[in-house]
Amino acid sequence: MNRNMFSGRDKTAGLQKGVAQKTRMKTPEILKRLWKYLYRSGGMLIAALLMTFASNILSLTGPSLAGNAVNAIKGKGNVDFPTVFRMCRLMLIFYLLSSAFEWLLSTILIKLSQKCVFQMRKDVFDHLETLPVRFFDHHQTGDIISHISYDIDTVNTSLSSDLVQVCSSIITVVGSLVMMLRINPPLVLVFAVTVPISVLFTKHLSKKVRPLFSARSAKMGELNGYTEETISGHKTIKSYHQEETMNGRFRKKNTDSCDAYYQADYASAGMGPSVNFINNLSLALISVFGAMLYLYGGRFALTLGALSSFVLYSRKFSGPINEIANVISELQSALAAAERVFILLDEPSEEADAPGAKEIRVSEGRVDMDHIRFGYLPEKEIIHDLTLRANGGSLTAIVGPTGAGKTTLTNLLMRFYDPQGGTISVDGQEIRSVTRKSLRLSYAMVLQETWLFTGTIRENIAYGNPNATFEQVEKAAKAAHIHEFIMSLPDGYDTVLTEEGINVSQGQRQLLTIARAMLLDAQMLILDEATSNVDTRTEMQIQSAMRELMDGKTCFVIAHRLSTIQNADNILVVRDGDIVEQGTHDQLLARNGFYAKLFYSQFS
Amino acid sequence: MKRLMEYIRPCLWRMAGGFSIKFMGSLLDLMIPWMLSKIIDDVIPTGEVRMILLWGGLMTLCAGAVFAFNVIPNRMASSVARDITEKLREDLFVKTSSLSCAQVDRLTVPSLISRITSDTYNVHRMLNMMQRLGVRAPILLLGGLIVTMAMEPRLGAVLLALMPLMGLTIWIISKKGIPMYTKTQQKVDRMVQTVRENIVGVRIIKALSKGDFERKRFDTVNRELSDQETTAGVTMAATNPLMNLFLNCGLVLVILLGAYLVNNGTTKIGQIIAFQSYFTIILTAVISLSRMFVILSKGSASADRIAEVLDLPQDLIPSLEGEKREQAASEDEYVAFDHVSFSYLGQKDNLSDISFTLKKGETLGIIGSTGSGKSTIVNLLMRLYDADRGQIRIQGVDVKNIPDEKLHRMFGVVFQSDVLFADTIRENIDFGRRLTMEEIDDAAKNAQAQEFILTREEKYEDALSIRGSNLSGGQRQRLLIARALAGQPDILVLDDSSSALDYKTDASMRQAIRESLSDTTSIIIAQRVSSIMQADHILVLENGREIGCGTHEELLKNCPVYQEIAATQLGGRDASGLADTVNEEEAKV
Repeated sequence: MNRNMFSGRDKTAGLQKGVAQKTRMKTPEILKRLWKYLYRSGGMLIAALLMTFASNILSLTGPSLAGNAVNAIKGKGNVDFPTVFRMCRLMLIFYLLSSAFEWLLSTILIKLSQKCVFQMRKDVFDHLETLPVRFFDHHQTGDIISHISYDIDTVNTSLSSDLVQVCSSIITVVGSLVMMLRINPPLVLVFAVTVPISVLFTKHLSKKVRPLFSARSAKMGELNGYTEETISGHKTIKSYHQEETMNGRFRKKNTDSCDAYYQADYASAGMGPSVNFINNLSLALISVFGAMLYLYGGRFALTLGALSSFVLYSRKFSGPINEIANVISELQSALAAAERVFILLDEPSEEADAPGAKEIRVSEGRVDMDHIRFGYLPEKEIIHDLTLRANGGSLTAIVGPTGAGKTTLTNLLMRFYDPQGGTISVDGQEIRSVTRKSLRLSYAMVLQETWLFTGTIRENIAYGNPNATFEQVEKAAKAAHIHEFIMSLPDGYDTVLTEEGINVSQGQRQLLTIARAMLLDAQMLILDEATSNVDTRTEMQIQSAMRELMDGKTCFVIAHRLSTIQNADNILVVRDGDIVEQGTHDQLLARNGFYAKLFYSQFS
Repeated sequence: MKRLMEYIRPCLWRMAGGFSIKFMGSLLDLMIPWMLSKIIDDVIPTGEVRMILLWGGLMTLCAGAVFAFNVIPNRMASSVARDITEKLREDLFVKTSSLSCAQVDRLTVPSLISRITSDTYNVHRMLNMMQRLGVRAPILLLGGLIVTMAMEPRLGAVLLALMPLMGLTIWIISKKGIPMYTKTQQKVDRMVQTVRENIVGVRIIKALSKGDFERKRFDTVNRELSDQETTAGVTMAATNPLMNLFLNCGLVLVILLGAYLVNNGTTKIGQIIAFQSYFTIILTAVISLSRMFVILSKGSASADRIAEVLDLPQDLIPSLEGEKREQAASEDEYVAFDHVSFSYLGQKDNLSDISFTLKKGETLGIIGSTGSGKSTIVNLLMRLYDADRGQIRIQGVDVKNIPDEKLHRMFGVVFQSDVLFADTIRENIDFGRRLTMEEIDDAAKNAQAQEFILTREEKYEDALSIRGSNLSGGQRQRLLIARALAGQPDILVLDDSSSALDYKTDASMRQAIRESLSDTTSIIIAQRVSSIMQADHILVLENGREIGCGTHEELLKNCPVYQEIAATQLGGRDASGLADTVNEEEAKV
């Protein structure tokens, strides 16, 4: 592997790093937040606890019934058959009940954990919808997906299986402890030594293991991020025959991720057996001390029979402790995953609307930008001091060399980003003083990057206006000159579009998004290279529809084809973030400056 | 599962090693209760403190050994699971990147992503758990059965008779469970798809304030996934209580039968009591076995999904005929389409009967209305798809006979809406080809990208954000073009890849390409006449058919559609006319 290939990777790592890796949360905090999810289905939780209790008692009763039955079998020719039958009948009933309870219990627990997981996924997704555009520009899609799939799945696994174990274990532990105390209190002292050791040990180990599980989740996210990116670029990679390069990088990430998985497993593998060891140790201690008590016990002397049942109970006691230790090690991965989920949930949303923000009221659609300063990174300003006015119903064209910051204007107008200085207002209302939703809805926008979602063509066209009738959809499609194409598809308007739908070309996708914009009822319109992938003839053909679309609206048109904007009321020539020229096509040509140079260059 | 076994097989020895250690550990674990009863029953009554301490010490030792013999195999199991998963995931990824575009279209990107991530993860978990639980439970079950059979064959037979019944139950349930988990994974695909769409389309969704709508859309997908997971979980959850019930009923039978046997005097009461304790052991074993089956069902559903990809036939294999020159090929042709027709969906032809011939170093411009099949020509030429009819030749050789690697290395290509990776600028241009800095710099210069690259903080080492979102559309396109030029390709393909460039940049770029890549044969798809008017041949397409082919001048004469396009784009360029308007404007001012 070429070393150079990775030289840049480390630097980019800062950008693409998993969302969760910034801060670490404390365990109680994570548990508290997890608890909130459980708490929401409190009824089910209580039902689950009751079931656990009931099935535990039933399963404890079973053996005693069996004991009674066995007691009734006294020897050859001396079997109390009626008692045996009665006990057997009872046993059958009890076992049937206990199985039924057990089944009910696991059903409840599955439903409970699914409810939590559903809610958690919903919360994450809902939160994603509120995050600023900036967040998505800086986090890998696959990594974000990893939160909602891998991490939540890990929490789920742990919730459904571990919860019940903890519950039932606690009941058994308490029960056995009571029994042991009744038999011989001093002997219980052995546990006063070994149980704290177990607890401390578990605590110590979890502390060591947690970061490993966090790393495992993060690495998984990184791998998912890489996978998503690469599979999305499948066609390009194939065309450059770079499969091997990509495979090589995947190999490294895969190894990293598998190693992280292993490291966590390796460290946590000791947890269960260690506690088991401590338990066995306490058994040894009990037998030795028990023997001592039996021999020299004095006031606390105990019979062999009592020692034997003490040992029995202590085994019952240590079993669940063992289980709990195992669960705790499982829980570490759930906690690490939950932490990542919560950190994503803590990502700051788009700044809330200003207090008392009103719905925007657009009458004329006049847009003013006043001394705007902006940079995606505060220290790298790309728009230095921009002032412009677009009167209601006017057509403002923005032209300039690529990278001059034209698209940035869209970002500012729509409040995807806020400027560092200056104000933008619509009909005299400062856009920070109105609700984002109403502001954004007052614009219709067609971007160069077409976005269609998995759904029928009709749904996609009516996306911005779900109340549109079929006639309206069809009318828009006809105006956008895409109707004929749609009708040529096997299912017409009900054809389901897929992401990289092979049956729809890039230009056709753009026409679909134009049809979508036609159904919007907005006073302002942004066309950002809206027809860049549409051939000029089709563009001409849809021009009347476009004109109708633009009619009476305040339009911002970003275009490279200068032919399309010659009739603009105002042409802004942007260069390096500043407006260097401003005026109508003719005025600008007359000035014979930058615009004129741009304009004539297209013919030379 | 069969496919997974191939991956497990090489690790069998290591697994066997882990199993043996675990086996010893399990035996030692069983020793501890035996030692306990030994101490209580035999040692303590003797009252010898030394012996008591000795046995206590032995027990501690035994406990230590149990510890070691559990930790070591668990770690071994983890390392085996890691190695198998690593190999499996890698092979899956490698296979995925070798899939043809048609295969990817069919499987869909989200599904492939979740197969590589979520499914391999399920398999990893399964491998881990199977190894950890896979020894103790069968040993305890087998051991328990053997001991009970030895103790009292007639009572043991009752338990033995239960085994097929329980096996059948597990079999039926996992038979039902596996398809359910397969369905669950399909729902996971859907979820991944929805989240992905939302991330990619975040600007539109925000612009249209469709957050609520998207939430509802996700809710549906989320609900379906949860319901499916619940159904699968609840179905599998029946295993445990059923196993419990069977065994407990068995116990009742044993007691009843035992009562008769004792009454007959053919067995002793002690046997029944002993039977009970072994019974508990068997029960524990069966329960942990049934837990294993749940994990196994889930894992094998995922393993099957992985195998489905791994077992896909290699699409578009170069034919065995070798790279022989076709007879139809003319002397000096370099790239040729010979009566080519093609349809993506096998319904309506997307391209019909397309023919053209290019000599080395020539340029073909393709222009035509939206959806007329321009990009399809590129897809076929690069053999991302195979033509249905006709032949495509490069240097006289049918592309079907050229090995993939050789074929693709001839090209430098920019697709419509091509991808940039979250990596450095340099790496995005280099794209793993290990080009020299000079080559990269030259390419950037020719693509008119050098200028903006040098203004960036770290120049070529500057990192792009996800999908290159910290660049403008035009900068992205120039970077993509630089990537295409950097390899000094034999054939350059630009599919509408300068649409975001202003005319001036576009023109300088074309000039630079002409000058420094004069040997390169180019195919340029564009909307602008100015981008292709200097091409040696221009192909005008409409609805997948050729409606004009020739030079700019020829087409202006004989192709009405081309005339129309040219007129709309180049019209009003009468410089004197402009000068007049300028004067008028000045007069007004």
